[in-house]
Amino acid sequence: MLAPFRFHEPRTLWEASEVLLAHGPDAAVYAGGTELLVAMKQGVLRYGHLVNIKRAGADRIVYDAGTRRVAIGATATHRAVERDGEVRSRVPLLADVEARVANVRVRTVGTIGGNLCFAEPRSDVATVLLLHDAAVVLTGRAGSRTLPLASFLVDGYTTDLQAGELLETILVPALPAEAGAAYLKVAFYERPTAGVGVVLVRDPGGDGIVAARIAVGCVGPTPIRVREAERAFAGAPLRGGGFSAACVAAAAALAGRCAPVDDLYGSASYKRHLTGVLVRRAAEQARARLIGREQERE
Amino acid sequence: MSRAAEHEDTYALACTVNGASIRLDVPNHRTLLDFLRNDLGLIGAKRGCDVQVCGACTVLIDGLPVSACSVLALEAHGRTVETCEGLAQGGRLHVIQQAFVDCGALQCGFCTPGMVMTVRALLAECPNPSESQIVEYLSGNLCRCTGYKKIVEAIHVAARAMAGAGPDRERRRPPARPGG
Repeated sequence: MLAPFRFHEPRTLWEASEVLLAHGPDAAVYAGGTELLVAMKQGVLRYGHLVNIKRAGADRIVYDAGTRRVAIGATATHRAVERDGEVRSRVPLLADVEARVANVRVRTVGTIGGNLCFAEPRSDVATVLLLHDAAVVLTGRAGSRTLPLASFLVDGYTTDLQAGELLETILVPALPAEAGAAYLKVAFYERPTAGVGVVLVRDPGGDGIVAARIAVGCVGPTPIRVREAERAFAGAPLRGGGFSAACVAAAAALAGRCAPVDDLYGSASYKRHLTGVLVRRAAEQARARLIGREQERE
Repeated sequence: MSRAAEHEDTYALACTVNGASIRLDVPNHRTLLDFLRNDLGLIGAKRGCDVQVCGACTVLIDGLPVSACSVLALEAHGRTVETCEGLAQGGRLHVIQQAFVDCGALQCGFCTPGMVMTVRALLAECPNPSESQIVEYLSGNLCRCTGYKKIVEAIHVAARAMAGAGPDRERRRPPARPGG
């Protein structure tokens, strides 16, 4: 049962910031409500003021050719992101993952910004955005600032948002031209149990991997990039035993870095095992996409 | 500088529900499900999990499926809400409802109102869905009786019945159930 609250409808994020500052911890930003209202119904969170930012014009999705970045307005719904032409062509992995967030009803109303600001440890959107080196633009009465998503996600359910500050835009750089990417998750219900994303960048002239990005989510307070696993792929060949060895090393690195907990969906050791399986499969899928593109060109 | 609109306790809601214009002051914290069931007496949408997982409360806002249990009623302002009560016309079941009956796609029936509304949204955006598209779209609607096989079958039957049919034919009976 929801408790009563006052409902504010600012027309700009600046106005929203004013309302937030006026009411302090008794006010919360409201967009899709998919996390907030459920938590409020269950009595986990309680606010006297909800600030609806869906009328503040912060839902546009724009591609900037100069920076090769897609700028996604915080109140764009998962459905809008999933179907946006620029997202699909410039950052297709994000479109794929958005199309599998929770269920069709949550995607209708839930927003990408809400997902990040709630900082649910099992957000696979955040994991995939980390793979893209995404940044977030925060705004408020005191001004705007941009910071890497990795710095924004401070802890489970905790972000770097300061009083009166709102998430305005998510900046998502396109992956390098010579990259293959994949994200795989194990999910029994709406929230994943483990999710791993892999980007492999190949040497344009040869048959080797020059760089890799690996992110793991849902098995710790926040999703993380695992540099040790990325280094295991750098310099590895795309084919043969060297690739398999890199997968094994990456699995070991992930097992060492993730911090899963026992819950109804599996023990910590099971989830740790899953990350190893997922990183190998995601790497194989990323490689298959790279090789497929190579064959298309021939 | 304009000031943010503030709705102190209630919201002057104006919306369309199953074709009827509704104007009502609702408490800000009224959920769409409580508005439909308690204020309008439309008890088709069911309260199941109450956390957007089971799909029993699925209704459409401007044609898109939402969990009425976790959407504020005020979100319907200026928009069109459809519930399962709006499907049958003049005592005739909608094609989707008839397909569920013909295929035996329900047992206890608790999930059925949400199922048929989700199917309505699915077929509106994808008139000829593949098996995997059906399974993916319906993955957020839980049924603990049927095992889903007959539900998927009913969706194929409804899609075929609606294929090529104009809006005037949409409510006609589907062809005989497969294998029956």
